[in-house]
Amino acid sequence: MISNFTATRRQILRQLGMAGATLMSGSALADSFVDLPFASGPRQRSITTTFPQKRPMILQRTRPPLLETPFEAFDNAVLTPNDLFYVRWHWADIPTEIDSDGFRLHVRGHVSHAQSLTLKEIVNELPRVELTAVNQCSGNSRGYFEPRVAGGEWSNGAMGNARWTGVRLKDMLDRAGVKPGAIQVRFNGLDGPVVPDAPDFMKSLDIDHARDGEVMIAYAMNGEQLPLLNGFPLRLVVPGWYATYWVKTLNDIEVLTEPDTNYWTATAYRIPDTPGANIAPGDTEVNLVPISRMVPRSFMTNLVDGARVQAGTATRVRGIAFGGDTGVKQVHVSTDAGATWKPAALGADHGKYSFRQWDTRITLSHAGEHLLMVRCTNSDGVAQPITPNWNPAGFMRNVVECTKLVAV
Amino acid sequence: MLNRFLSIVLTIGIAGSAVAVRAQDALVLKTVTVDIPTSDRMFPSGPGSDAANGYCLVCHSAGMVLTQPHMNRSAWEAEVNKMRTAYKAPIPEEQVQAIASYLAGLQNIK
Repeated sequence: MISNFTATRRQILRQLGMAGATLMSGSALADSFVDLPFASGPRQRSITTTFPQKRPMILQRTRPPLLETPFEAFDNAVLTPNDLFYVRWHWADIPTEIDSDGFRLHVRGHVSHAQSLTLKEIVNELPRVELTAVNQCSGNSRGYFEPRVAGGEWSNGAMGNARWTGVRLKDMLDRAGVKPGAIQVRFNGLDGPVVPDAPDFMKSLDIDHARDGEVMIAYAMNGEQLPLLNGFPLRLVVPGWYATYWVKTLNDIEVLTEPDTNYWTATAYRIPDTPGANIAPGDTEVNLVPISRMVPRSFMTNLVDGARVQAGTATRVRGIAFGGDTGVKQVHVSTDAGATWKPAALGADHGKYSFRQWDTRITLSHAGEHLLMVRCTNSDGVAQPITPNWNPAGFMRNVVECTKLVAV
Repeated sequence: MLNRFLSIVLTIGIAGSAVAVRAQDALVLKTVTVDIPTSDRMFPSGPGSDAANGYCLVCHSAGMVLTQPHMNRSAWEAEVNKMRTAYKAPIPEEQVQAIASYLAGLQNIK
């Protein structure tokens, strides 16, 4: 139940401080660790400073890289800095040099004018659009599943919020001229498998989704070109959908007349077709469908788990929320195990796909341990559940987060 | 959000070339060359570690394997078989048991 990463925030800050102090001494950096507060199994992770265009990150895997955002990056910042934005790759063949003049984006398949575009053409010849949106790994927070499941054992930092600048996928498809009969659009990047016959990472969207005017091809993130590990030079942005669809180093767009049968679209990243993708552990009598829209979440970011606060005195608590596939309607806070809920004040609205900051004050009347719970309700009226979901892949966790505070 | 941005683009168009050039300058994408770290970490030695080192490390480093939750031998066998069938890991069928037993055993002795 105590699943907030802030349990180790103080420790991380100490470790990052050490890393900063020993920046010149090289190997000492490998001695920085963090403990992720999972209920069981290995908790310790290294803090890595060796990845390009990144500050210290939580190392989940070196090759191919899985790097988690240290949770304190989410406090008091609605946009996640590029150099702290989490990283997730499926295959180890990742380009290490991308020539901005030589790069081409291909648009082909069931189109009347196949395209092979330079970055300059994309930036200068198509209408520029901008959207702030959360990018979250399908398996964010997997390490908190009970019973535990195999996979990348993330804490809550496999997510980030950025202002994406680029072009509408619709405009790109219109330029190529989609022919009647198109049903899906498939996206491929420059990454590739390292063994023969293995499935190249590709994802597809239905043609109507691809042409909805919201799906973007981004060439900038928070006003700068993307870090290579986040998909430079182009990344698909699929607002409100899990990050598996946000194909990195995007260089090939193929319009299809048949449903995509490639492994990553047709077989991988599937969830039970049940509310909240929730089933009983061991239940195998379920229909599986592709993961798609995100669900609401919220986090308290300014107090660590176990923090001491003064009894009878107002204490400021703040954090972030997002509605998933739509905006945040309300954020509520409870200090009595969910018996009563108080609305928090919401920060500036950066659009319905963005993090929304929240802020409130709580007063814990008597000394002792209290549980602070935070719950987001989105604009469709969908609220975070009080009990966690479970599925064998560890996808779509969005239970109400709970942080222990000690009033003294 | 999109409408707001479009209005900015429109303003740039009306304001003339100076602003447009500045906006353009900010969006010249530059060639990137990086080094991506690799890992030389090996699986702890024990019965089956040669197979784990020889086959698992072809596609991925050891770190994430060693941070998996406790799983019994049959759960590990399912994982190794998924690597073979879905991800085409070149693991001979007769090595699957050895690797699964090694990984389950590694966790038990921790």
